[in-house]
Amino acid sequence: MQTITFVLAGTMLAATPLLIAALGELIAEKSGILNLSVEGMMALGAAIGFIVVMETGSYWLAFLAGGLVSTLLAALFGAVVLLALGNQVATGLAVGILGVGLAALIGKPYESKTVPPMPRMPIPFLSDIPVIGPGLFNHVVLVYLAPLAALGLWWLFRYSKLGLIIRAVGESPEASHAIGHNVMLVRLLAVLAGGFLAGVAGAFISVASTTLWSDGMIAGRGWIVVALVVFGTWRVGRVMIGAYLFGIASIAELLVQSTGIGVPSQLLTSIPYVATIVAIALLSMDGRRIRLNAPVSLGRVYREAQ
Amino acid sequence: MTRLPWIVDTRVHRTRYTALLAPCTAIAVTIVGALILMSIMGVPPLRALYYLYAAPLSGRYNIGEVLLKMSPLLLIAQGLAIGFRAKVWNIGAEGQLILGAIGGSLLPIYFNDSQSALMLPAMVLVGASFGMAWAAMAAFLRARFNANEILVTLMLNSIALQLLYYLVSGPLRDPFGFNFPQSALFPDAAMLPILVGGTRVNVSFFIALIATALAWLLVRRSMIGYKLEVGGTAPNAARYAGFSEKQAVWLSLLIGGAAAGLAGVFEVAGPLGQLQRVISPGYGFAAIIVAFLGGLNPVGILFAAFFMAVILVGGDIAQTAAGVPYALNTVLQGILLVTYIAARLFVDYRVRLRPPAPASEAQI
Repeated sequence: MQTITFVLAGTMLAATPLLIAALGELIAEKSGILNLSVEGMMALGAAIGFIVVMETGSYWLAFLAGGLVSTLLAALFGAVVLLALGNQVATGLAVGILGVGLAALIGKPYESKTVPPMPRMPIPFLSDIPVIGPGLFNHVVLVYLAPLAALGLWWLFRYSKLGLIIRAVGESPEASHAIGHNVMLVRLLAVLAGGFLAGVAGAFISVASTTLWSDGMIAGRGWIVVALVVFGTWRVGRVMIGAYLFGIASIAELLVQSTGIGVPSQLLTSIPYVATIVAIALLSMDGRRIRLNAPVSLGRVYREAQ
Repeated sequence: MTRLPWIVDTRVHRTRYTALLAPCTAIAVTIVGALILMSIMGVPPLRALYYLYAAPLSGRYNIGEVLLKMSPLLLIAQGLAIGFRAKVWNIGAEGQLILGAIGGSLLPIYFNDSQSALMLPAMVLVGASFGMAWAAMAAFLRARFNANEILVTLMLNSIALQLLYYLVSGPLRDPFGFNFPQSALFPDAAMLPILVGGTRVNVSFFIALIATALAWLLVRRSMIGYKLEVGGTAPNAARYAGFSEKQAVWLSLLIGGAAAGLAGVFEVAGPLGQLQRVISPGYGFAAIIVAFLGGLNPVGILFAAFFMAVILVGGDIAQTAAGVPYALNTVLQGILLVTYIAARLFVDYRVRLRPPAPASEAQI
């Protein structure tokens, strides 16, 4: 019983930042921009968020600041990709490296300090359900907000005009331009939204789940986020399922250790990475599925008709 | 409808000088960025300039360090660039380097008192094969399952690191090493000969230069290089000509993996002298930047690797002399690549101001 509660709680905590950042990456990719700098944006968000909690004690301010600073980094990425027509893969790598470096530089004085964990907000009645209650309904607010945000994004893409415009721009920027949509602006806003959410996700990791800052603490989560969008074949619902599955995979380490079986810890730490590779391979096997679902212009340089 | 105030045209004619524009701009911006960052951290600009760019080039030992760090960067970047030209994005050089180091360490660890002259060649062979095998996993998954090689190689980096941690704290740990997570020291026969006394630069520098020549031959003078290039720049034309995409994926990743694996062997058989938890200060990632900064051109990469090595050694010097965090290096690498890509706009395209619209058009 204790174990089930522990697994549920751990999964929610691990999955939430993955989900938040993956929703952001999904917005950018739906508009046709492949943003590979999520790792750097999450790292920067984590560093800034941690520092803000350290200095002001406000968790909400930490999410806001982490999100906004990552948005700035996303603006740089957007400018290079959209205005300077940079290759999206190379630009993403470059901005990602910059983000990881800036995070390490800014966070240096705060290395190995800790903050008090963000206060939880148990949901009345639901959190009193035995076993499941404390596992699912006794968390910080963002854990509940993330699936709601996913629902909102699903609605946006499915039913709203804005969602339709974003998808149109991602499928065919030329046609969207021809019917009068501002492709550049839509893509820039999508990239900025993605950056903001990546920053919030990073701040979540440093102030709500680990409560400490150290260089390299994002540990490839930003890349798992990019993989999640492929895994979810650019569908909000599947991306969300993927995020929770990866949440389970990333706490498998703690789980196996608690049973006392003598497995090398390094093997367990590798589980999420191995799971990512397996998931990507299985999902990409059917090339049609990827081609049908991926935004057609994803990753392509787009030069506006003059 | 708002329009950008400038027009971007495709550049038809290129000169040698336009190609130099982007790397030179990037280097200039990086130097200015370094000075600004260092002064924020309380180091006067002139001192910062000295630490980062003058000190690495003064004195026999420091120059030796630059050449020492240049070797793996050059070797790996030449391997990666071949794949990048074919648009095969191998981001896993860091992991392939680690596997190369592991493979190269097996023989000197198990035959620790060997004095055989065959030791080094055998290590090189095993290490390069390990690097290739690690990259081959990504090639297989891409060629067989269409799995995105960026994500797979990145995940393989993380797994390689965990594998290294496991090995140095378990099976390959020095039994007489007081439980430190490192292997036994290599015998002399397993160490690369030093080139110049009083420095740490070894024959790996020559091998990196030979690799540069080979890369040039492959890119400019061979059918394989031509096929890879066409596959990258005009995939449809390549398909029409019957150039196999799978072959390009395999070749790119195997070459990249072998080069990175070789660099890994040279780290353990050179400056490290044993297998330990930290093999590389991110050579695998820095080499990606070197490859781009060099314009994916074997000769350009030679200069880019030199500049990157200067930055790395300068960062080390600034760290010991002025307590500047090592993370500054990462930031500078990021600035370098971002500005390079942005400056490429002016190399690949002609940018001119938009002429004011005629009055009649403006009314529409």
